[in-house]
Amino acid sequence: MQHTSTQDTLVGLFVAAGIVGLFFLALQVSNLSSFTEQNSYTITARFENSGGLKVKSPVSAAGVKIGKVSAIHFDPKTYESVVQLSIDSQYNTLPDDTTASVFTAGLLGEQYVNLEAGGSEEHLKDGGKIEITQSAIILEKALGQFLFKSAEEKK
Amino acid sequence: MIEFLQQLGIKTRTSFTKLGRGTFFLLQTMSGVLSVLPRPRLLLNQMHSIGVLSFLIITISGLFVGMVLGLQGYYTLSDFGAEESLGVMVAASLVRELGPVVSALLFAGRAGSALTAEIGLMKATEQLSGMEMMAVDPIKRIISPRFLAGFLSMPLLAALFSAVGIIGGQLVGSGLLGVDEGAYWSQMQAKLDFQDDIINGAIKSIVFGFVASWIALFEGYDAIPTSEGVSRATTRTVVNSAFSILGLDFILTTLMFGDH
Repeated sequence: MQHTSTQDTLVGLFVAAGIVGLFFLALQVSNLSSFTEQNSYTITARFENSGGLKVKSPVSAAGVKIGKVSAIHFDPKTYESVVQLSIDSQYNTLPDDTTASVFTAGLLGEQYVNLEAGGSEEHLKDGGKIEITQSAIILEKALGQFLFKSAEEKK
Repeated sequence: MIEFLQQLGIKTRTSFTKLGRGTFFLLQTMSGVLSVLPRPRLLLNQMHSIGVLSFLIITISGLFVGMVLGLQGYYTLSDFGAEESLGVMVAASLVRELGPVVSALLFAGRAGSALTAEIGLMKATEQLSGMEMMAVDPIKRIISPRFLAGFLSMPLLAALFSAVGIIGGQLVGSGLLGVDEGAYWSQMQAKLDFQDDIINGAIKSIVFGFVASWIALFEGYDAIPTSEGVSRATTRTVVNSAFSILGLDFILTTLMFGDH
């Protein structure tokens, strides 16, 4: 009988350890605790060029992450990139003349959407649109322009 | 030439017959799983010998794999000044790939081979036919509890492996190499998704647990009842499990993470 009860304890400890491991992975390792889809709202921004932006790229305002990119698609009528941003609902006081720009974190870092608040009294609501946008700076394009310019100057 | 073709035909046919027997065996085992539930003691004993006794090898291997990943990742990432991403690298490789795969390989080597040898020996010493004589179904009494125990233990072991590995990576990364501890965790949390990474990793480990337990039990049950037969069956368990785990891992990875 003594033997069985030790065995029970060991199995119990093993299962508990396994479940603690799963919880550790869910809470400490992944983003489950920080940001969930439920309490967020979606706004759309149209960019002439969204560069290397991807779904799940961060959306930040004043350097703080407040949401993420939930979808990107191409509009075949206006030839623009339509980016859906899902913003944490605790930040629901963004003015409706907010500017969205695609920035790069560091020289070669990942791209993210930066929101800069305007001065309007009205707030952006779920399904709202950001009118003023600034495209991503494409490194190749910028380099090309720079080289072209310096060649012009030499003539 | 004719003989060669004949041999080839026999080989193909026997392997298909074996696959058929294996599938039939699996169905029998799964239908026997329900009759384990009224006797939790059987399951508990097997959880002990399959899960608890694999605990040590899994956690220690996980710790070392995580530490090596931390060390190796640091040398590569520091060339690009991206040491801060060490946490992402360690966690993503562990949760997505190494956790489920390495723990399944260890599981097949540690628990699978023991299962095959045990059941093969039971067959060789006619304990299984003895049970049948006493109108006890050996599938329900012997095989199903072991199958269920393996199936339940594997995801827990894989989660432990990944968790311990990530801690090991952190120990080496921020303890030894000076990566910022906050960056290690926060970058990891920002990059790893619960659904895409953790759940998919868990699905992998469930599939591997299912397959590894099935192979181990079937090889034992199907072993030629001699000492040589049991030894061959044990070898086959480890080899076939390793092949199936790695092959399935490739398929599951393309299905789960193919697009990013």
